[in-house]
Amino acid sequence: MEFLRPQTWGDALAAKADDVDVVPIQGGTDVMVEMNFDLHRPGALLDLNPITELTEWEQLPDGTLRVGAGVPYVRIIAELGDTLPGIAQASRTVGSPQIRNRGTVGGNLGGASPAGDLHAPLLAAGATVEVESAEGGVRMIPATEFYLGVKRNSCRPDELIRAFHVAPAAGPQYFSKIGTRNAMVIAVCSFSIALFPQEGRVGTGLGSAAPTPRRAYDAENYLAAELEWDGALDPRVSEEFGRLVSAAASPIDDVRGTADYRKHALSVMARRTLGWAWRDLTAARKVA
Amino acid sequence: MRVNCTINGKDMEADDVWEGESLLYLLRDRMGLPGSKNACEQGECGSCTVYLDGIPACACLVAAGQVEGREIRTVEGLADGDKLDPMQEAFVECGAVQCGFCTPGLVVQAHDLIERVPDPSDAEIRESLAGNLCRCTGYEKILDAVRLAATRKAEAK
Repeated sequence: MEFLRPQTWGDALAAKADDVDVVPIQGGTDVMVEMNFDLHRPGALLDLNPITELTEWEQLPDGTLRVGAGVPYVRIIAELGDTLPGIAQASRTVGSPQIRNRGTVGGNLGGASPAGDLHAPLLAAGATVEVESAEGGVRMIPATEFYLGVKRNSCRPDELIRAFHVAPAAGPQYFSKIGTRNAMVIAVCSFSIALFPQEGRVGTGLGSAAPTPRRAYDAENYLAAELEWDGALDPRVSEEFGRLVSAAASPIDDVRGTADYRKHALSVMARRTLGWAWRDLTAARKVA
Repeated sequence: MRVNCTINGKDMEADDVWEGESLLYLLRDRMGLPGSKNACEQGECGSCTVYLDGIPACACLVAAGQVEGREIRTVEGLADGDKLDPMQEAFVECGAVQCGFCTPGLVVQAHDLIERVPDPSDAEIRESLAGNLCRCTGYEKILDAVRLAATRKAEAK
């Protein structure tokens, strides 16, 4: 086994291109568990910590936020809580403070676990993943096309995740998850909603509810069509939104919960997060 | 591989470090610093919590190679010689220790909390310690210790 410490992004890409059995490591909160339990022995660990540009975020000229793959959750919460509320809420529910101090969205994306907490809000907000390889250059992959299967993403073997891009919230965003306890637990299932009142559009994301994180398109379309954006929220619309979100899931029975429970919980979370988002929207309307 | 880092203020060097080794192994088995405890090795229990460049981390989830040139402070580095850190003292006085296995991680994590939040609420204490498991105490005396240390720290100012 080797331990590679590239000093630049270019060197990191070259190392990844050189050998497919190179595992990138940033916070280490997933990679080291596999190492400690002898579950995986890669040819080399590629330490991305020396590449400080990965831990930076910026606002691009068109207003989009470009957040480095190595920005830890604790900084997303502190620095991007106002602009990316759904993503920050999900970050607050990851592991423990120690894990949030080290873990990153890049790691969540790389792991591509269906239970990864950040996938749902990234999908709901319409994020794009920036990946790069020495030979192929930069590729922008919409979150909707990023997840291929259980712990499989659409990165090619020579690619590294560089950043995610997402527009600052154009309306209320919420994340909700069910766990068997409050802290340090993998979600039984999770749900994220993003409202785009100006466009009359709705975004959703489901976690731990199918082989990959996914959106509930029928639910989004239904809600966008039925919402009276300047009026009140009809409980029947809420109810039907919950039903459609639940219908979009194809969960499994496992130790954390049954498929039936997950489907029920998703409908409840969809209804509740919509209620919270609507309350914010109404409050904002009163101020304006 | 060789790893150079600063541990509790001293420059340290380790040779023949295995590339998949954790910082926890480096500390306990190479540096003779057994304060950080090895329990779950998956970041679930917090017993191995140390400061890495001033930020609490589970030493079991940091690759040894990642600490090259960086600064680590363990529970052994909190005391000033024989004089315990106020958080350590508070744990002793409140009896926040039973088997003691979780104590070093809790002390480091609680130490960080009152550095950042001088007068934490109970909810803040609980959230901050959510990643540190104790199977003996029921946590009440641990909460007492954190409150006591915070009060003393405020009074000392």
